[in-house]
Amino acid sequence: MYWTYLRRELGGRKKQTIIVAAGLAIAIALVIIVNSLAAGVRDAQAAALQAVYGVGTDLTVTGAAQQPGSGGNGQQFQFGKDSGSASGGTRTVDQSRLMTDFRRGTLAASTLATIEKIDGVAGASAALSLTNTTFSGQMPDISQNGANAGPQGGGQASTQSGSDGAGGSQFDITSFTVLGIDPGNTAVGPLSAVTVSSGRTLAASDQGKDVALVDATYAKTNSLKTGGTVSVAGTKMTIVGIVASASSSADTASDVYIPLDVAQKLADTGDVVSTVYVQASSSADISAVQAAIAKALPKDTVSSQADLASTVSGSLASASSLITNLGTWLSIIVLAVAVVLAVLFTISGVSRRTREFGTLKAIGWSNGRVVGQVAGESMVQGLIGGAVGLVIGLAGILVIDLIAPTISSAPTGLGQGLPGSGTTGGGQGGPGGFASAAQSAASAIVLHAPLSVAVLVAAVGLAVLGGLVAGAFGGWRASRLSPAEALRSVA
Amino acid sequence: MTITDATALPERQDAPGALYRLAGVTKHYTQKGRRVNALAGVDLEIEAGDFVTIQGPTGGGKSTLLQLLGALDRPSSGSVRLGEVDIAQASASRLGRLRAEEIGFVFQGFNLIPTLTAAENVDMGLEPLSLGRAERAERVAEALEHVGLADRADHRPGELSGGQQQRVAIARAIAKRPTVLLADEPTGNLDESMRDEILALLQGLNDEGLTLVVVTHDSAVARRAKRRLRLSDGTVQDITR
Repeated sequence: MYWTYLRRELGGRKKQTIIVAAGLAIAIALVIIVNSLAAGVRDAQAAALQAVYGVGTDLTVTGAAQQPGSGGNGQQFQFGKDSGSASGGTRTVDQSRLMTDFRRGTLAASTLATIEKIDGVAGASAALSLTNTTFSGQMPDISQNGANAGPQGGGQASTQSGSDGAGGSQFDITSFTVLGIDPGNTAVGPLSAVTVSSGRTLAASDQGKDVALVDATYAKTNSLKTGGTVSVAGTKMTIVGIVASASSSADTASDVYIPLDVAQKLADTGDVVSTVYVQASSSADISAVQAAIAKALPKDTVSSQADLASTVSGSLASASSLITNLGTWLSIIVLAVAVVLAVLFTISGVSRRTREFGTLKAIGWSNGRVVGQVAGESMVQGLIGGAVGLVIGLAGILVIDLIAPTISSAPTGLGQGLPGSGTTGGGQGGPGGFASAAQSAASAIVLHAPLSVAVLVAAVGLAVLGGLVAGAFGGWRASRLSPAEALRSVA
Repeated sequence: MTITDATALPERQDAPGALYRLAGVTKHYTQKGRRVNALAGVDLEIEAGDFVTIQGPTGGGKSTLLQLLGALDRPSSGSVRLGEVDIAQASASRLGRLRAEEIGFVFQGFNLIPTLTAAENVDMGLEPLSLGRAERAERVAEALEHVGLADRADHRPGELSGGQQQRVAIARAIAKRPTVLLADEPTGNLDESMRDEILALLQGLNDEGLTLVVVTHDSAVARRAKRRLRLSDGTVQDITR
C-alpha cells in the first residue's frame, strides 16, 4: 500500500513532481558535466605537462629568467655585403641559425651531476632547448651602394634595386624546435613520453653523430621519413626514427631531437643545458628534493609538477578557470535552488494535505508512518531527478566527447622544451618569425570529459540528499500536525 | 441499550455496560488568538451498542466532544475513558493504537484520498493493523460488500456520487472492525435520498451491534437514534423522550 499510495500521490500532482525532479535533474547533470570537464581539463594539463617534461618527471631545474634581450646565446644572423649570392642588384641569402631561449638563461652542464648527487633523486637527465630559424630570401645588394655591412637579422634596406626592383626585400623565415638530449639517458625527460612510430630511438652510441629523431606531426607536414635528412643549423642530420606523443591528446616536446653534444656544437653554446629533468625516489620525497636542489643551486629555478601546472596557459587555462569558477558556482547555485524548491514544494504539499494527514492520523496512522510517506515521496522525486540528471549528464559528456573540442595550451614562463609542431614564421620586410615562433609554440589538446564512478555516485547521492532534505522538512511539518487541529482547521 | 446480531460484523466484542465514561470534562483551546471554552464540565456515559446523536448549535462543542471520544485530543481537565483506557492520561502511541483498533471515523466531507480507488481507500484504514495481505484484501472486499459497493471497488472518489463516497468512508471505518463508530455530520453534504441511504446503512450497522455516536444537525438522523443528546454552552443535556 505504501508504494501504491506514493505512486498515486506523485502521479496525481504531476506538475509539482516534474518541477522538483527537473530542478534536481538539471543540478545533477551540471554537477556531472562540470566535474567531468574539470577532470578532463586536469587530464589535459597533465598531458600537456607530460608531453613537455616526460613521464615521471617530478621536478625541473631551469636557468633564471633573463631581462629581455640579455638571455639566449648561440648563433646570430649575420648578413654582410658578401653574404649569399648577388645578381642584378639583388642578393640572395639562405642562413639557418640555432638559438637558445632568449627569455631564460642556460645552466652549466655540471648542474646535472650536482643534482644527481642529492639524496632522494632517483634519476635525472639534461636537455638543451633550441629553436632552428632559417632565413631565406632576397635583399638589395648593398655592396653595390658601397655599404660595408648589412642589417643584422633584419630586412630593412632602402636601395634603388632589390627583389622587387624598387629597393625592397622578400624573404621567408621558418623555424622549428630542436631538443638536444643525452642519447644514453632517455628514461627521464621528454623522450620518456614518446613512442617510436618508425625506425628507432636515440641510443648511447649516437653521441657525437649527426642523427635525429623527428616528431611525427612535423615529419608529416614536411614530408620527412626515416632514413632521410633534416637540416639543423645548415647541417644535414640523418633521421633515425619518427616519434609520436604517448598521449593521444598532446604533441611531443619538440619537433626534432638530436644528441646533446651535437646540439651544443651546432648552437655554439658551449657545455650548457636548458633544463634538468628530475625524478624523485618517491612522491613523498619531492618537496625535500626540491628544497635540496634549491639550496644547492640558489640562482636557478626549481619547479614541481604543481608549479608547472599553474604555468599552463592558453585556452586550456581559460577552460580550467571557467570550469573551476563559473561551473562550480553554477552547479552549487542550481543545486541549492533545486533543493530549496523541493523543500518549499514539499512543505506546501503538506499544508495542502492537512486534511488528508489529519484523516490518516484519525484512522490510526502513526506519526512515523505519515512522516515516512512524506519523506518517501520526496526521496522518490529526488531519485527521479537524479536518474534524469544522470541521463542528461551522460548525454552531455557524450556530446562533449563526440565534439572533442580542441583547446590550446602552452606552458609559459619556463621557456624550455616548448612543444611545437613545425611552426612556420614568415614575413616580408622584417624577421618577425623568430619571436612569433617561440611564442606560438603551443600544443593543441583534445578535451575529453572522463566519467568516474565517484562522480556518478556523488551526483546520485546529491539527488538523494536533496530528496532527504525536502522530506525531512516536509516530514517535520507533517509530524507537528495534531489530528484534532488538522481536522478542525479544515472543518 | 440494545444489542442485536453482533455476528454480522465478525470478531466484534460484545461489551455490555458503559463503553465511554466521561467525568468533569472541560476543553478549551485558542483559535485565531481567541480562547474557546468548548466543553465546560461534561459528565456522560455511552453504553456499548448504543446509537447516540449529539445535536446543538454551531460552535457548541459537538465536534470537540467527538474528537475527545475519538482519542484525537485530550481534555483540558476531567477524564474520558474508553473501556479501560483513560484518554486523558494515555500516551500518544496508545491513543494511536486506540484509533487504529477500536474507533472508526466518518466525516462530513468524506475525507477520502482522491488519487486512490475505493478499495485502496478502505485499505488505508487497515494500514496500521499490520495484517497480512490476504486478510486485508478479504476485509476490504467484505466492507465494500457491506456498504453495497463491491462493484465500485476500482472507482476513484471523483467517479462516485456523494452518497457512494460516504459509503466508502463508512467501509473504511468498519473494515477494521471497531468498537465504536464516530460520525461527524455524516449526511451534511448529501441530498435527501442519499441521506436516507446512509441512515439506513448506519442503522443497519447499529442493529448489528456497532456503537454509534453521531454529531448532527439533521433531525431525521436524530430521530433514528436510541439516545439524543444536546450540547449547548459546553454542557450536555439528554433530550431523549
